[in-house]
Amino acid sequence: MSEADKSIRFDHQIIIKWVEKGARVLDLGCGDGVLLELLIKNRGCHGTGVEIDEKAIYRCMEKGLTVSHIDIDTGLADYSNKRFDYVILNESLQEVLQPRTVILEALRVGKKVIVGIPNFCHVRARLQIFFQGRVPVTKKLPYEWYDTPNLRFLSLKDFRYFCKNNGINILDEVGISGSKRVGFRLNLFAHTGLYLLEK
Amino acid sequence: MHIVETQYYTFAGPPQELKLKSGVSLGPITLAYETYGTLNKDKSNAIMVFHSLTGDAHAAFYHKGEEKPGWWDTMIGPGKGFDTDKYFVICVNVLGGCRGSTGPASINPKTGKPFGLSFPFVTIDDMVAAQKHLVDHLGIKKFLCVAGGSMGGLQALIWATRYPDYVESVIAIATNTRHTAQQIALHEVARQAIMGDPDWQGGDYYGKSIPARGLALARMIGHITYMSDKSMDEKFGRKLIAKERLGYDFSHDFEVENYLKYRSGNFVQRFDANSYLYISKSLDYFDLSSDGKLTDVFAKAGAHFLVISFTSDWLYPSYQSKEMVRALKANDLDVSDIEINSSYGHDAFLVEVEGQTKLISHFLARMQKGAAHV
Repeated sequence: MSEADKSIRFDHQIIIKWVEKGARVLDLGCGDGVLLELLIKNRGCHGTGVEIDEKAIYRCMEKGLTVSHIDIDTGLADYSNKRFDYVILNESLQEVLQPRTVILEALRVGKKVIVGIPNFCHVRARLQIFFQGRVPVTKKLPYEWYDTPNLRFLSLKDFRYFCKNNGINILDEVGISGSKRVGFRLNLFAHTGLYLLEK
Repeated sequence: MHIVETQYYTFAGPPQELKLKSGVSLGPITLAYETYGTLNKDKSNAIMVFHSLTGDAHAAFYHKGEEKPGWWDTMIGPGKGFDTDKYFVICVNVLGGCRGSTGPASINPKTGKPFGLSFPFVTIDDMVAAQKHLVDHLGIKKFLCVAGGSMGGLQALIWATRYPDYVESVIAIATNTRHTAQQIALHEVARQAIMGDPDWQGGDYYGKSIPARGLALARMIGHITYMSDKSMDEKFGRKLIAKERLGYDFSHDFEVENYLKYRSGNFVQRFDANSYLYISKSLDYFDLSSDGKLTDVFAKAGAHFLVISFTSDWLYPSYQSKEMVRALKANDLDVSDIEINSSYGHDAFLVEVEGQTKLISHFLARMQKGAAHV
């Protein structure tokens, strides 16, 4: 890995590896467009972002990206079937109103879907619930119950069950803690789970 | 200070008249236009901007001896959104207008008198068809971008669907793909105001007294629709005009009343009432999907799109822009869109300069690089 690559967020590094060169990518909840820009520069991808925050739209445009100012929950219906090679939902799924619909829609418009979720059953969270009797607030889950943007609280295990019940194939799963890959007991030690999906 | 002069191009002299959508032929036609910046050698840096209902070809810079610049000078110029150091920008007064292009106030060569209501009906399509003659005359084969707000956006959309090979990209601001009942209704009230003025005289008022009261009323209605409840309240509130208390008569009490009177008074001096009738009607006739589904209409387009709308715009509400975006996406077109949070209503497209400058300059830079990501 080159020096330049090391400055790239670890989850982004995994995603960049998963996405094939020249692929057409839709990034749902693309934020400032950092990942999309990386995919375009490093992998020659053709990318479109979807983002609800107006300020983030300006920053995406500054990067020369194509970006749509819409809600993920309603915005996918416009795209034709298998329009994209990859649809990315990195750290955005837990904030949508209808995650099941969104994932199924993502699998309709994309050949493969990449999902990144925070693990609400990380060992630290479990300990806080058990010993303190409080809903966990950790470095990776920094929000109090009253100000969290997260609408959905799930573990990696929950997500695997969800995929199984909805006929979604998990092609790859990576658990991340900090900037390292977690080797075992992902549902206990991973802060984040990254999934490569196909239906 | 950059000085610009309006130029004129005349074409469609008999027997090569322009056949209008109504079936009637019109010619010769003169179009007034202005250009800003320099057309490069391979003519690849041209951008066409279109004006709205009451605009004209004077989009930027200054006319000699005048104190006010063109209507979109905040966006067009060196280092601005449409950077004239990089791009060659053209703006044409529409066919049917009254600011140098052929319209109802022009002299009918057959009678030697102003057309008045004998001027044929023009549509947005016809305006664009006329512009195409000028573009061919200038030798431009492809625009880097066609851009406009409000009625200007409609013209850009016609260019993108009717002459797709001429259009690399489109910036459509506060616009829509078909005029709705509310928009038609508001225009009809304005038209009735003009036609109800005894001075209108069936449109044959040239050289006599003009229907100033009717046109002023039409403009007042227009102004209200360009603002929002919030922007009016912020600008005027219930402030009284140089009085301590209400007058308890029908003289003007409120600043907003004065504002409407002042703005419409200015307008009457520079705009022809018949042009207002013709152009507003051309807007009402506008329906991009009249020949089929909107998604099919855009199937012909190949351009990259930037669609901008504003939260408080109730004349061209952002849901209409979103409908357009959906149809564009359904055709797998490259489309960026944003709904800018603004309280300025429809006027936002002229007022919200900072955000639009960012969006437009970066979008155009990408178009010029030819780096289309989608």
